[in-house]
Amino acid sequence: MPMKIEVLFPELCNLFGDLFNVKYLQACLPQAQRIDTPLTGEPLFLKEAPSLIYMGPMSERSQEKVIAQLRPCQDRLEELIANGTAFLLTGNAMEVLGDWIENEDGSRIQGLGLLPVTAKRDMMHRHNSVFLGQWQGEEVIGFKSQFTMAQPGGEAQGLFQVKKGVGLNKSCGFEGLRRGNLFATYVLGPVLVLNPGFAKSVLEAMGAGEAELAYGEAAREAYRQRVRDFHEKLM
Amino acid sequence: MKRNLPFFFSLFLSKLSVLALRLIGRGATNLPGGIAIFLCKDFLGRIPRPKTIIGITGTNGKTTVANMVEDVLSRCGYDFVCNRTGSNVDTGVASALIANCSWLGRPKKDLAVFELDERSANLTMSYIKPDLMLVTNIFRDSYKRNAHPEFIVDILNRYMPDGARLVLNADDLMCASLKPANPRTYFSIAPQPDEPAPSENIVQDVRACPACGALLSWEHRRYHHIGRAVCPQCGFRSPEGGCRALEVGPESMLVEAGGRRVRFPLGNHSMINVYNSLSAIALLTAFGLEPEKIAAAMEHTGISATRYLEEEVNGRKVILHLAKGQNPVACSRAFQNIRDYPGKKAAVLFLDDYFDAQHTVENISWLYDADFEFLADDSVTQVVAAGARHWDVYLRLLMAGAKEERLRHMPETEKAAQALSLGEAEAVFILYDVYTIGLANRVKEQIKQLMAKEAAPSDAHEN
Repeated sequence: MPMKIEVLFPELCNLFGDLFNVKYLQACLPQAQRIDTPLTGEPLFLKEAPSLIYMGPMSERSQEKVIAQLRPCQDRLEELIANGTAFLLTGNAMEVLGDWIENEDGSRIQGLGLLPVTAKRDMMHRHNSVFLGQWQGEEVIGFKSQFTMAQPGGEAQGLFQVKKGVGLNKSCGFEGLRRGNLFATYVLGPVLVLNPGFAKSVLEAMGAGEAELAYGEAAREAYRQRVRDFHEKLM
Repeated sequence: MKRNLPFFFSLFLSKLSVLALRLIGRGATNLPGGIAIFLCKDFLGRIPRPKTIIGITGTNGKTTVANMVEDVLSRCGYDFVCNRTGSNVDTGVASALIANCSWLGRPKKDLAVFELDERSANLTMSYIKPDLMLVTNIFRDSYKRNAHPEFIVDILNRYMPDGARLVLNADDLMCASLKPANPRTYFSIAPQPDEPAPSENIVQDVRACPACGALLSWEHRRYHHIGRAVCPQCGFRSPEGGCRALEVGPESMLVEAGGRRVRFPLGNHSMINVYNSLSAIALLTAFGLEPEKIAAAMEHTGISATRYLEEEVNGRKVILHLAKGQNPVACSRAFQNIRDYPGKKAAVLFLDDYFDAQHTVENISWLYDADFEFLADDSVTQVVAAGARHWDVYLRLLMAGAKEERLRHMPETEKAAQALSLGEAEAVFILYDVYTIGLANRVKEQIKQLMAKEAAPSDAHEN
């Protein structure tokens, strides 16, 4: 059985170049099959457990459409997360699986309630920053560009420890969330292309730990230069 | 808004600053407007406005179009105030109005033409309330500033004045759908017989029908979301252009507007520039100028050499091409222009943000929305990437399928020309950002010296 990567709603969830997370995984796993599920289509994960389910950043209006589309699949998604299916959620895709998103006027959009996190929008004050974190003993680098700050619930497990920059919010010591093999992060980049170590971990979660990293030498050198630049200019 | 004491105080001080700046020979700055707005936040709403205000906004092309419109108006004898030498945000607009009003704020001219930044429409359009507004297009731009196109559409819908006459791009459904209750004129370019097949672009921001949400089908797609779409479910279709380019040739285009067909000169016939010229024509026609008068005036206008410049040396061309950094669509258009340019060519890329390169690690996500795949074409003999993020650009080029042996990269921008092998290349493109024009010119001179020493290949393509 070839590995399958399901990309949810790529016609909407495609901002900030983040679909290259999937293209990078495809380059690492040339035999893997990519299945794009449009908003009007039936998700593959309802019938089988893909090797990875990916959802990328989207506009605020798209978040509401995506939540409405996924709401009937809540139980199935919970089952897949609990059973260890790998998920990668980047940018504000995490908020879709969270408890709620709060607008500036205090109104709330209920999320799927699968991740212990809420988010608050501030549409006229966009947050932009460079992020340096820690993942399994290695530094992780990337960028944040978002309208929301997130508030994790008490039981939340962070993804990256913050070394410098902003985590889920300005006072949170971690960035992103992890639940089993579900990885969710606001870090853009695309995060897998920019961080070979983290990409390796996602491949392991997919059951492809033996796969070679694509463009390995160039990706690692670009990573080293970027981290060095961060230390020289921002630490 | 009424003029009040803080307004007169801020006007007085900012007028003094204009005089002071003139005395030291620095006329074109945003300082007077900055002073005025610092002292009186709603200064733009209180200063008496010229009788007619034309606004020009949109993601790409607004500076080029504003320059073109101003050149035509000047040639046609109009006297107007504009922000050509200043910025396109509130301080630039305020500076222009301050320089052209009396000490009591009374405008000296009845007409104003302003290039207006779309992201800061809340700080300009809501105060000066343009009567006639051109929106060239809406695309993804800087993620840090503009987030995503839907965000910009929402801003324009909120802050463009109700009742203003709009001139909109019919071939851009995001642009065409702005403020549906406002009176409007559309412009569009008819499909051309020699147009290349639509390229697959990474960024395609209009996929669903704005009326019913079904996936759109395309009668003709030019690039990204530019083209003519129809909804198979509800029958929605792109609006017809009232000002329509029928035939586009290398030096001119035939435009139908208001039932008349007039030929207009073109300085450059790349599709981006055709859209720029056409949008200027549509705006000037909506303003009330006769098409024949516009055409005659356009004979004397051109694209600024700071945006596109070709020079020939020893049978080869060196081409300066603006490619705004952090703007994936502008860069994709530049990359496609390189691929589509006749013959073999090389490219030197200066894509770093000038300020980020010095002070931080630039957010390079945008590289992954830009179509570097065009540069993997066999007609591109070499790509040289120079600057702080050269490893990232190199990695992106590899992911685009560019052959490793055709790539060179280095941190030192000034050494880019040394890495260039002219070889078969009949043209060398230098892509640069707004703030690196000086660097681009220095490297251009170095490349010209290389070209002077090495003649073009004997079978060079004849343009």
